[in-house]
Amino acid sequence: MPLMETLAKAQAVAAGRAQPLATVRHRWLSDQPLVFVPLTTAGEVGAPLGALVGTARDAPRLLAVPQPRDRDLRSAFLAELADEVLPYLMSYEDRIALEAGKETDPETGKKVAVERELCVDAPQLIVPNTAGVEYVRLLGRATRFRRTAEEDPAEPHPAPSRVPLLGRWLTHYGERARTPGSALLLAMTEVLARHWATGQSGLEDQHLGGLLAWLDPPQGMDGAAAALHAQVGRDPDGLLRCPPAGPATDPVFDNTALAPAMTRYDTARSAGADTVPAEREIRALLESQLRPTWDDVWRGIDLLRALPPGGHVEDRWKRDRWSYTGHRDRLRAGEPPQPKLDDAIAAAQKLAGRETAQVRLEAQEALDDPLVMAGRRLAGEAFAGEVSAVEMAYSDAKVPRPRPLLTVATGDLPHLDEGGTVYRALPDGRTQEARFMAWAAPGVLVVQLLNGMGRGKAPDEGSVPAPGDRVCWTLFEHTSRSGPELPDAEATPWTHGGPPTTALSADAPDPVTSEDYL
Amino acid sequence: MSEAPLASGTGREAASDPARAAAAATEAILRDTRDSPHRGVVVDSPPGAGKSTLVVRAARELASAGEQLMIVAQTNAQVDDLVDRLATADPELAIGRLHGSDSPPDPVLERHTSVVKSTKVADLRERQVVIATAAKWGYVKGVEPWRHAIVDEAYQMRSDALLRVAGLFERALFVGDPGQLDPFSVVGAEQWAGLSYDPSASAVVTLLAHNPQLPQHRLPVSWRLPASAAPLISDAFYPYTPFRSGTAPGERGLSFGVVSDGSGPDRVLDEAAASGWGLLELPARHTPRTDPEAVAALAQVVRRLLDRGGVTVSERAEDPVPLTADRIAVGTAHRDQAAAVRAALARLGVTGVAVDTANRLQGREFDVTVVLHPLSGRPDATAFHLETGRLCVLASRHRHACVVVCRAGVTGLLDEHPSMEPVQLGVMVKFPDGWEANHAVLARLSEHRIAWHP
Repeated sequence: MPLMETLAKAQAVAAGRAQPLATVRHRWLSDQPLVFVPLTTAGEVGAPLGALVGTARDAPRLLAVPQPRDRDLRSAFLAELADEVLPYLMSYEDRIALEAGKETDPETGKKVAVERELCVDAPQLIVPNTAGVEYVRLLGRATRFRRTAEEDPAEPHPAPSRVPLLGRWLTHYGERARTPGSALLLAMTEVLARHWATGQSGLEDQHLGGLLAWLDPPQGMDGAAAALHAQVGRDPDGLLRCPPAGPATDPVFDNTALAPAMTRYDTARSAGADTVPAEREIRALLESQLRPTWDDVWRGIDLLRALPPGGHVEDRWKRDRWSYTGHRDRLRAGEPPQPKLDDAIAAAQKLAGRETAQVRLEAQEALDDPLVMAGRRLAGEAFAGEVSAVEMAYSDAKVPRPRPLLTVATGDLPHLDEGGTVYRALPDGRTQEARFMAWAAPGVLVVQLLNGMGRGKAPDEGSVPAPGDRVCWTLFEHTSRSGPELPDAEATPWTHGGPPTTALSADAPDPVTSEDYL
Repeated sequence: MSEAPLASGTGREAASDPARAAAAATEAILRDTRDSPHRGVVVDSPPGAGKSTLVVRAARELASAGEQLMIVAQTNAQVDDLVDRLATADPELAIGRLHGSDSPPDPVLERHTSVVKSTKVADLRERQVVIATAAKWGYVKGVEPWRHAIVDEAYQMRSDALLRVAGLFERALFVGDPGQLDPFSVVGAEQWAGLSYDPSASAVVTLLAHNPQLPQHRLPVSWRLPASAAPLISDAFYPYTPFRSGTAPGERGLSFGVVSDGSGPDRVLDEAAASGWGLLELPARHTPRTDPEAVAALAQVVRRLLDRGGVTVSERAEDPVPLTADRIAVGTAHRDQAAAVRAALARLGVTGVAVDTANRLQGREFDVTVVLHPLSGRPDATAFHLETGRLCVLASRHRHACVVVCRAGVTGLLDEHPSMEPVQLGVMVKFPDGWEANHAVLARLSEHRIAWHP
């Protein structure tokens, strides 16, 4: 754990309240996010129990499965979920702007200017915690290969027509969530823990109720006591006052409340009696478990909205919009669902993209937020100081270029190697490079500016700091270069098994085994 | 490592003489590189077993047979070092050094007239040998593929890096040390764990998963490690592929002109000079990463090492050789620890000693190393600090002696933190695990313990 975070956690313990880890908001928040709080059935992987879903804080839609082991009911749940989520996801598809870009012409091999469609905004999904993100992936995996009656009339259990499409969107959102800094699908606990440090462990922070207890403890309670109350406090019936944020449910709830209600439902159904009362009871029970989490997610959104967005947040959101637009285009082009497993090239491409995104995110967060930069300075990865002298110097080139030498007094202890490059953000957003020359004295170092001073013999106005200016340099680059291109999948080399066989990418469904009908 | 057939290095008849055993292994490797029907040959090389020598030799043999070849290394320093060795060994060889526009080659290469440097592969395609980093090779497009390639430090190369360059050659010799640090990724890659082409895995793991029939060789002798260290490193880190030292006990020696002043650092130096290992144990305590007492102790050990006029005796020279600062290294787990040690050494007026992290000390060799134990003073043992390769790199850089500085209580810490990395389906479990290796090394070090209150 970085030292700054350790310090913030220690301060949180001392103060009995969460402490800020950021002064700005580092993730995009949509004006109209879709919140999705799923519950799953204990002991049955991939059997949804219910969910609260919607974009209206006061009017969530409750979906419930009265008997999760019944595949027809499960299927009906997924169809309802698709009805609720798909219109929201697709409502952003047609609001577009044209972006200028460059493309390689396949015939001439030359770069040509093109205009591409980019959706002006994108839908944002918010789930309570990382287990929720995992559940979105699971639902996507479970539904994107389903066959509808139109696709395959011989299919014995056809899926409602929108369900495979829902699966493809959920899969896309689940995969995008692995990209550092992306915001198409957010886990509330993760975003809150990025912005505030609590006095508890990272594991405990994954309990949304406990985390919010530290962030916003009730009157007269300190964070630790409030979190403990949220984690273990039970009402006279033995049920948790703050139910887990899912998808897993509280076993006591399962055993004492849910199981008897389900038994009543099963009894009514097998007796051919009216199942509506039992169903209503189950819905009420599920709502009692879901509603506190739903409200907590919105409380989290409130807390995050109170922070001003960081300067590069919109830039990262634009990448998310490209991701959304790209998936829209693939769907429109009639491409098959995402394969079960990435092939070698796709896996390497994703990893490279995420590594680039991680480096970019770390640099941008530091540039956007002095508190984050302070952490990097403390770690020796940046330094700030006052310029005490500027000595003009020139390069040896035929037309000499300005290469001023700056003497900087700093209290920081950067891990500088002689001749190493340091970077600073110019007011216009460009990055200026400098070379570390030497330590002139303890706490006094000399750097030489290398670029960003214009084309003339004299540096451009404002591109060279003046004595007395406070300047912050980083040892890390501000942008991240994506590595070399990967070969096409058909050109996968022998070291990686050669080109993928079609068996892997075909959209054939899994073979049905006896376990499917246990 | 898989149970694939070992084509060399296991011959019983060669066991008597390390030089003969090593020569036989090298011959077998070169034979397979030239004539094997397979597209690849994999060579596992324990620390200091002559990997670079093998690469130079294989390159020269291929070139003398009229072949053109490309060499892939992992860092610019490794590439420059290889070019330097190759050009020194064979001044006639036409070498091309391909480099990035913002990473010019080491000026040391200026002395070789046979080396042509360029940022464009087209300028170099006709050279007999072209050398570059894997990252630079990744950008090479649209050239006629080479018939032969040598991939150096292949275990430190990531699978996705190999994916980018493998189209450039028809067949390749992969050389590396399986015991050193595995490649890593700054983002999670669990999603691909268990896939044969997991992009975050080592290139050799992917290569062998897809081509299990490739001949695998092993260099059986470590020329660097002294007789006091080879058995421990072999047992702790290479339990199924043992190797031995090229020198016998007593062939190497370290002694001091100035007698001990009785302090902890001096006593641990005497112990290390006599036995090859020394453990300077500070009182148990939880500390920040840059533990000031441990850092001061490291610096003090190095200071005394220089002040006491150390001399080394080895098979390399007839006469004893003075131990100089450039033959000493300090190894740590983290960069901030290295920075703290550098600062402490500067305060004691010591210059010229290499102080770096395990990652950056990989592949380098010194006479004496002083190591800050990765678990010293920690309240927990994470996967990073337990990684087998990290300890292996730190404990296998020396030709004469290794001094480890550590807080007491690491054995207890290990017992409280058994490895708990999730088991992934399809992923080969690596033996030994870091927990096991750490215990093995500590057990041996405890025989050379000097407890000291600074």
